[in-house]
Formats: sequence, structure tokens, C-alpha cells
Amino acid sequence: MKILVPVKRVASLDDEFELRDDGRDVDPDFCEHDLNEFDEYALEAAVQIKEAAPEGVVEVVVLTVGPEDADDVLRKALAKGADRAIRVDDADLGDADRVAIARVIAKVAENEEPGLVLCGAQSADQGHAQTGMSVGTLLGWARTAVVSRLDFKPGASFAQVERELEGGLVERLEVETPAVLTIQLGINTPRYASLRSIKQANAKAIECVSPRDIGLADAEIGSAGSLSRVRRVFVPERGRGEIIEGTPAQQAARLLEIITEVKG
Amino acid sequence: MSGILILAEHRRGVLRDATLEAIGAAGELKGALGGPVTVLVIAADPSPFVGAVSVGAVDEVITVARPDAETFEPHVYEAVLKAVISARAPSLVLMPHSVDSFALAPAVAVGLGLGFATDVFGLAVEDGEVVATRAGYNEKVFVEIDFPGRSGVLVTLRGGAFAPATVPASPTVSALDAGEGKPRSRHLEWRDPPASGGIDIPGSPFILSIGRGVGDEANVAQFLELAEGLGATLGCSRPIADSGWLPKARQVGQSGQLAAKCNLYIAMGISGSVQHQWGMKHVENIVAINKDPEASIFTIARYGIVGDMLEIAEELRKQQGIQ
Repeated sequence: MKILVPVKRVASLDDEFELRDDGRDVDPDFCEHDLNEFDEYALEAAVQIKEAAPEGVVEVVVLTVGPEDADDVLRKALAKGADRAIRVDDADLGDADRVAIARVIAKVAENEEPGLVLCGAQSADQGHAQTGMSVGTLLGWARTAVVSRLDFKPGASFAQVERELEGGLVERLEVETPAVLTIQLGINTPRYASLRSIKQANAKAIECVSPRDIGLADAEIGSAGSLSRVRRVFVPERGRGEIIEGTPAQQAARLLEIITEVKG
Repeated sequence: MSGILILAEHRRGVLRDATLEAIGAAGELKGALGGPVTVLVIAADPSPFVGAVSVGAVDEVITVARPDAETFEPHVYEAVLKAVISARAPSLVLMPHSVDSFALAPAVAVGLGLGFATDVFGLAVEDGEVVATRAGYNEKVFVEIDFPGRSGVLVTLRGGAFAPATVPASPTVSALDAGEGKPRSRHLEWRDPPASGGIDIPGSPFILSIGRGVGDEANVAQFLELAEGLGATLGCSRPIADSGWLPKARQVGQSGQLAAKCNLYIAMGISGSVQHQWGMKHVENIVAINKDPEASIFTIARYGIVGDMLEIAEELRKQQGIQ
């Protein structure tokens, strides 16, 4: 069986950044990119299921939606134990929101027929927490969000999971499979890629397809398949508190004063 | 096409406060959007929750009793909510941005083709249309979202963004049979967080909290001594608890503890994720100590020190005579 792990190349902003001319996003020149932290845990969970099964039983397929530069995060995933990587090019996906991206992922899942789709619980940059569960809905599969423990044997018709709730409460439950699960930080300890596996990953081919190649209709692609539209991005006016300057000794002294003032 | 529908969230027999915040948000929008404010309660026995949601601008409470909703089950809730939205056609559907709604909200929005935005902290009505504001790029920008061509909009609300409704109201109450839908997951058990061992984050007035900036497990012990020496309770961010460097009872944030009684919070080496802020952003006196001047913790701090937490800690120990 296959486990499909959709991953996102997330952006972090430089200290000084500018908005795009149309004011609807940040200028990408000011972004640094990396594999979404939540997705590292989802990938590790998939690779652990593969390693617990007899060799050749489980194939881990990673997928991202993005431009050629996004191959970096796929190579990172290959180096950490994924078997295959697919990139759906985003050239036709202008103004796609999370739901329109989920339509792409769901279509790939329909074609690949995995037994499990494991996504990050949210992205570190935008934090919508929409994509994974939208994929589950579009596939018509069972779904659970914010999974902090996963027990699943390939071929089983249920997975036992724990989901982590507010305040540290945990619910243990059984979920029908195939299922889409979104994975919470801390479910495992993601591995580092060895130099050797990084070399091997760089030699592997990445399958690149367009949204139309995989069978998406025009009405599902980009803004047509979206449920929201970004109207405007802006930098909020934020009050900044008092910055305590000086040497560490002076800063610590001022901090002790503050503690005394507040505690009375 | 009118009015606002709120899904009540409850767990283990207790209505969650976030529901009252959603009712508060509905009260702010009711005039501009028009139509009734309705709260939907789905439960095996919804009757105990009716009183608690009869507050603020609420005109009607709809109860749906389903034996398969003894605990939250996203597929059952999805079926009921879709049936009620189809019957009532609200302009706006509100629910908390919570772990439960993570698995529910996308299914309802995608299933019915509703406009959809999550983790929203600002809502406005312009020319009869809903406009939502949320944050982007790890809180560094705000994003205004609209929903062209969508006749209804579903929004999940960030905790603490709207004042909860508290004034009692006298809504009509109607019981509905709604939704087919079978559960596709089965509740097995609840597991409460591990015993706190006397650590009292919710009750502590003064918390010194450490995050990833501490660097190494070997550095953690000195902060226990420092906190004790200063008369503070030691708290931490999620990665420190996930690594097992400090017990979960010390974790501040959405999946940890709310620093409910705190009035001085010193955040050392904590960047300030939304999840962490959930547990402490209400504190009156926040001191942020971080090497990264762009860390989002500085945007909510009353005092900031841009510097190395280990250096500052060493100075604090020296000046306080803590060994």
C-alpha cells in the first residue's frame, strides 16, 4: 500500500520586507523557504509505518504543489525516507486558496490510491489548518485532525489514533481507513537525513505534472476552485513596548527593578 | 439568506467559552448583517446546554439530539450542520478555531460551497458582504479576505479575539431531527493531562518561561533555580515539553496551560507562536527576552530585551545571589 504525504514549502519573511505591487501578498523576493515543520512529523510517521512493515509492503509518496524551486522540499523528504516525489506545477493555479490546493492533492490521491494520507496539522507560515481536512472531504474518506499518536498496520481497516485537544487533554479513538489524518508536532522525533541519503535523493527523479495532466477540470483550478480571495495584505500598526537597552548586566538590573515594581 | 448560525462547542458536558465569544461576535455583526442569531447544539442530550447558550444576541436555539453524538464526531456533526445550514441558509456561520472544528469546518465549507476563512480575529460587513481579517506569515502581516460569489460564509474565530456574550437572553428553543450521516470514528477514552505534581501554571501570578532559545537540555536546570530564586513558577513553550526537558504541566499555550492568574510573564527564548500566545497574551506585564528582534513575542510584550537569554539569566543569578 501507499502512504501519501502532501508537503508544503513554507515561507518566512526577512526582517525588512515589502508587499507585492498589487498589495495582495508579500513580495516573494523577501521570503526564505523551508519544508513545513508539521509536515516533517507527518513524513516521519509515514516512514515509521513503512519501516515497521516487511520490506516492499509500504511505499511513501510525497507531493507538493508549487514552482520548480519547491523541488528542494521534495528532495529533503526523499532524503528522510520517502520513496517517490511528485510536484504539481502551480503555473495554472493563480489565486488558489487552501481549498483549491486541496482539490489538486485529492486528485493525486484518487490517481495514486493510497491507504492513508498524512498531512501536517497546519502550515507554519499561514496556519489555516484547512488543506488536509479539505482533502479528506473531497475524497469522501474518514478524517481526524491534530493526531498526536498513530497506530496503524498496513491492511488494517481501522487506525488507532490519539488527538490532542486544548489544555493537554487527549482523546483516544479508532478511525476507519482509508483516512486522511493531520499530524501534530511532537508525535515523533523526525530524523535528520544522512549525507549519503541526501546524495541519493539528489539523484532521484521528481515527477512533475500540471493540474490538467492529473485530470482537474477548469472549474476546480485556481480561483475557480477557491472559497475565499485575498483582498489586501497589510502590515498592522503595533505598539512596541519599552526596549531595555544596555549591557546584559544593565538589562538584568532593570529587569529586577521591573519584577520588584510589579510584585510590589 | 439571512442571519448568523453559531455551532456550540462542548466537551465532557461543559460548554466551551469559545462559544460565548462566537455569540459575542455575532452580536457585533447582527445589525449590519440582519436576520436572527441562532445557536445550534448537537449532542446526545442537548438540553443541559440550552441555558448556557441563551445569552447576548441569541434569538433561537436549535437542538439536535443524536445518540451517536455522545462525544464530538466530525462526520456526524458535518451531516447535521449541512442539513441545518441548507434549511436555514444563514449568511454567516461561526465556530471556534479549535481542534474539533479543524476536522469539521473544511468539510462543511467544501461540501456546501460556502466562503471559508479560519483563525479569523476581525469581521466586518461591507455592502452587505462579510470581510474577514486573519494573520499571515507567522503573524507578521494581516490579511483581509472576501468571498466573491459565495452566498454564505463559514468562519472559525481565534480564541480571545471577541468579547464573550454574558447577558442572559430568552431565545425560542426548537428541537430538530437533522442529518443522516454515520460516525466513521469511535471514541475509546479520554486521557487527562499527566498529573501536575504540584506545578500550578494557571494559579501562578509570576511565571518565568523558557523556549527553544535555551538550546540544550543541560541548560534547563539552572532556570528551575533561577525561577525559584525570583519567586516565579517555571513555565515553558511546547518544544521544551515535547523534548521531555520539562513536564507537560509546565507548558503554556493552547495544548498546555492557560496562565490565568498571571500578571508578570517573562518569556525567555520564546518566539511567540499563536499557540503559545493563546496561553499568555492577556498577561498585563509581559517581558520578552529574545535574540531575534523580529520575534513575534515582542509585538505583545510590555518590555523587551534583545539579547541572549543565557547571558541575561547569568546576570540575574549573579545580581540576586542565586547559586
